[in-house]
Amino acid sequence: MTAVADRIDTTLPAWLEALRQQGEQRFAELGFPTSKDEEWRFTPISPIARATFGTAPEATVTLEDLAPFMFGHAEWPRLVFVNGRYSAVLSSVAVESGVRVESLALTRHAQPTLEKHLGRHVAVDATPFVAWNTGQINDGALVHVPARADLTQPIHLLFVTAPGAADSAVYPRNLVVVEREARASIIESYVTLAAGERYLTNVVTEVVVAENAWVEHTRIQRESEQAFHMGLTHVSQERDSHYRNFSFAMGGAIARHDLRSHLNAANVESLLYGLYFGRDEQLVDNHTAIFHDHPNCRSWEVYKGILDGRSHGVFNGKIFVTPEAQKTDAKQTNRALLLSETAKIDTKPQLEIFADDVKCTHGATVGALNENMLFYLQSRCIPHAAARRFLTYAFAAEVVAEVALEPVRAELDRLVQERVGVGAKA
Amino acid sequence: MSMLEIRNLSASAGEREILRGVSLTVNAGEVHAIMGPNGSGKSTLAQVLAGHPSYTVTGGEVTYEGEDLLDLEPEERAQKGVFLAFQYPVEIPGVTNAYFLRAAYNEIRKAKGLEEVDPMDFIDVLEEKLKVVEWGPEIMSRFVNAGFSGGEKKRNEILQMAVMEPKLAILDETDSGLDIDALRIVASGVNRLRRPENATIVVTHYQRLLNYIVPDFVHVLVGGRIVKSGGKELALELEARGYEWIEDLAGTGAIA
Amino acid sequence: MTSPSVESLVQREYKYGFVTDIEADSIPKGLSEDVVRLISGKKDEPAWLLEWRLKAYRGWLKMTEPHWPNVTYKPIDYQNVIYYSAPKNKTKLASLDDADPKLIETYQKLGIPLNEQKLLAGVAVDAIFDSVSVGTTYKARLMEQGIIFCSFSEAVREHPELVQKYLGSVVPASDNFFAALNSAVFSDGSFVYVPKGVRCPMELSTYFRINTAETGQFERTLIVADEGAYVSYLEGCTAPKRDENQLHAAVVELVALPGATIKYSTVQNWYAGDEHGVGGIFNFVTKRGKAMEKAKISWTQVETGSAITWKYPSVILQGDDSVGEFYSVAVVNGRQQADTGTKMIHIGKNSKSTVVSKGISAGQGNSSYRGLVKMLPRASGSRNYTQCDSMLIGNKCGAHTFPYIDVQNATSDVEHEASTSKIGEDQIFYCKQRGLNTENAISLIVNGFCKEVFKELPMEFAVEAQKLLGVSLEGSVG
Repeated sequence: MTAVADRIDTTLPAWLEALRQQGEQRFAELGFPTSKDEEWRFTPISPIARATFGTAPEATVTLEDLAPFMFGHAEWPRLVFVNGRYSAVLSSVAVESGVRVESLALTRHAQPTLEKHLGRHVAVDATPFVAWNTGQINDGALVHVPARADLTQPIHLLFVTAPGAADSAVYPRNLVVVEREARASIIESYVTLAAGERYLTNVVTEVVVAENAWVEHTRIQRESEQAFHMGLTHVSQERDSHYRNFSFAMGGAIARHDLRSHLNAANVESLLYGLYFGRDEQLVDNHTAIFHDHPNCRSWEVYKGILDGRSHGVFNGKIFVTPEAQKTDAKQTNRALLLSETAKIDTKPQLEIFADDVKCTHGATVGALNENMLFYLQSRCIPHAAARRFLTYAFAAEVVAEVALEPVRAELDRLVQERVGVGAKA
Repeated sequence: MSMLEIRNLSASAGEREILRGVSLTVNAGEVHAIMGPNGSGKSTLAQVLAGHPSYTVTGGEVTYEGEDLLDLEPEERAQKGVFLAFQYPVEIPGVTNAYFLRAAYNEIRKAKGLEEVDPMDFIDVLEEKLKVVEWGPEIMSRFVNAGFSGGEKKRNEILQMAVMEPKLAILDETDSGLDIDALRIVASGVNRLRRPENATIVVTHYQRLLNYIVPDFVHVLVGGRIVKSGGKELALELEARGYEWIEDLAGTGAIA
Repeated sequence: MTSPSVESLVQREYKYGFVTDIEADSIPKGLSEDVVRLISGKKDEPAWLLEWRLKAYRGWLKMTEPHWPNVTYKPIDYQNVIYYSAPKNKTKLASLDDADPKLIETYQKLGIPLNEQKLLAGVAVDAIFDSVSVGTTYKARLMEQGIIFCSFSEAVREHPELVQKYLGSVVPASDNFFAALNSAVFSDGSFVYVPKGVRCPMELSTYFRINTAETGQFERTLIVADEGAYVSYLEGCTAPKRDENQLHAAVVELVALPGATIKYSTVQNWYAGDEHGVGGIFNFVTKRGKAMEKAKISWTQVETGSAITWKYPSVILQGDDSVGEFYSVAVVNGRQQADTGTKMIHIGKNSKSTVVSKGISAGQGNSSYRGLVKMLPRASGSRNYTQCDSMLIGNKCGAHTFPYIDVQNATSDVEHEASTSKIGEDQIFYCKQRGLNTENAISLIVNGFCKEVFKELPMEFAVEAQKLLGVSLEGSVG
């Protein structure tokens, strides 16, 4: 059942060793989830459970190889990991003073921030994959932005799978801590240079947003369409903070992102946007959970999916509002566009509200392209096929517009156009 | 005559005592900052001055322009020029900003014995006011605070302040949750509205706002009482040492 | 209450004695085929209609009475009911002074003219006021365009072919227990027919109906808009009548032929205090419209939960590109209950339905919305948008939403949004801090909340609706 990777590095501080062991133990106890687990009912992961994964080999990748993934801004600070290993030569860590952008592996003895936060926010068994990841902690990104810092450039965490990684697994573990009143933008990308290869990325990212801090987090998943991507992002927000996440998913034979946002104090704002694509036989799953435990917080969620071929989309959005969380304002919108008769979506919005003075709105639509709109475009001399592509693009563009970083937005827009088949390449 | 005189004000929310004898004097033309740790009673003070029904005054007096403020209904206080920028501005779906602002504006005019304005005239009034917060007219057809981001809500409070032209403006944590750019716009809006005849009380948890809205006086509220007052340097000292410093001082009685 | 011309026509004060009018041939209690025949005979109905009634009656015998868990009422003994009351059978009051003062106070607040107050309160009224003259003026105007607007009984006499063609085409007698009962013993109601391509120039209101006498327990209304026609109908001014009848079972059928539009608005403009209360009156109304190709039917209603009412205005979207709409505001205060909802049945391709339901609960009131959206296999490309918003005033009230969505084809779009919010001290305080007093604040907030529904109402009704809200919510915020 299990796939075991060899340990890469040997010396770990005691606290980290303990954490790893905890992860290993919990994973052994839990095993892989099955369809009997409510959280995994629509997401069969048996291909992952059945497979055996080895250690990903080292690989040489050039800066030129990475150019397409850098949004045209090679000067932005970045941490590059190739097949799970930090590459100093490809990274660029020139940042403002006080800001730390470092590889976990190189820094874990020296960093009090790590000990304070790593594994302290997400539960080791939040999902079996988190336990598995924890048991394999080795490398990943550490970003620490000090109080009051106002970063002028986004920080890019770039994870690349290079050819030769077939049947291997990587377990990146990331920690982003933004201290009080600071403002930062983080981009987390999972891309591949090994288009048809089957491998596993099992990643956990913890994000801590301190008092009155402002964080924008763009997560881009463009793995190989034969690969498996299991990701979990855990966000802890303190008083008066603002966190905005955009999750983009296009790759993976089986891909799942669990996004959990904990609003740990009053007056917190959490905005979660998502866009996912599925084609052929892909399975793309987004599970979100927002925990309103304190009053006067606001969460806003918009997820859109475009499914073609025989792909299968899953969306489960949970919103928990405890009795203390009065004056909660929560909105969740989930829309899926099915481009073929055989595409499928399972959606489940789940609102558990135990406070009586709240405003919670949720809306879900599943459907095909609007016949009237199609007809309208055709009546303006746009052929049916082109009209379909245009409307599909428009469907996606609406949520892509929420990405504030212009170069990133432009790139995502280009990817959408390319996938949908509009624009210069149409 | 001072504009606002608070003498030994005590107030509670239900059983819980929050303000325990606050005294403060504010004169026209002054900016006073109230800082303090969470739970110190900063927002309570702001809301009690505006007359929020959740709080009961259990002792003390407040005089505003020579009148007993506590004796007045919230809308009467507003009509006499007291404005509260809410920490959590309230949404009113279905009611446009234009409609709401005109209703408020006309209440002020009525109180001053002036004629009410009709929607057409109000558009001219609005044009000027929108400049204060650097907003375009599109905001007018949106419903009050509905679908507004946190920053937009705070900005809308300052727009309302511009429309109502208060004598005493109380800003309740207007900076909480704003990023630096939004903070600058909100702060410059407040600064644009300053006059020798009006006064501002700025309640804030973070010192940074006070770099933009520079106070004449800074007061620190701990456990429902003002434990230290000073000039703007006090805010910087607080920022450097943290609230624990003041709490310790207050605890040991080292502060008069 | 609305048109000034009515006021000018009726200028006389009336003096009354105590009037008791009993028709010589009242029928005994109970329901049987003979009673049905008797009713039909009294109304001089043609044979086909009698047959229709009898068929309904026979079907009714085979049905069982349904029961709903949310509603409590004393069991009805169907044999203990008089199924035919001649007009003016009720005892009348001598003057308004004898009427319930709370009732009169409500009428005054709503601005109902004095004479209408008398009529509504059951005070005897001179025959002249029986709006024959008023009705005639409008009737003639409408007739010039071929629009028929009269009582159901009159329609049976004057336009039997139209009635026969459409009666039961939307709500067949076999549809449900109460529809069957109604079909067997219905007394009277309204009939409207608008010819092809004609846009009815005025809002039709039951106020102007010729037969203003008691409509009885079993009202039957049929509105037909022929191809491309437009009509807006207001069911209103139905204030509480002094009525001992325990059961009211009405049927309203709307037929919108291809390209036609029918708007049906209801403002239940009365507010019953505890004295009138909830006990005793059970109101079951089957309201349904059928929209053919490219036709549109809109139901708009504002109601207070002053009685146990079971109404689910529905639209059958039969034709391709047909449109159904439902806009509703339900207000409950005190200990009232409201159970509202709608059914949108999509049969035609590209049919579209919109549901906007606003529930306001105050005091210890409870408001429920129950909606069904059904898209049948042939209804490809159909769309529904449903929005249910509940507003709670205070801590002791409740609001519940029970949406049922049944989609049986792959290309339909169903969008549902629901929100629950509390208008508590905070919203009111916010308005007060901006200079508004409590009354203005509540009015502002509630009207903003209901805006989307109010703008669907014909203007006179919108004003009435706002007043009604004000009256209903009085005292809801301490």
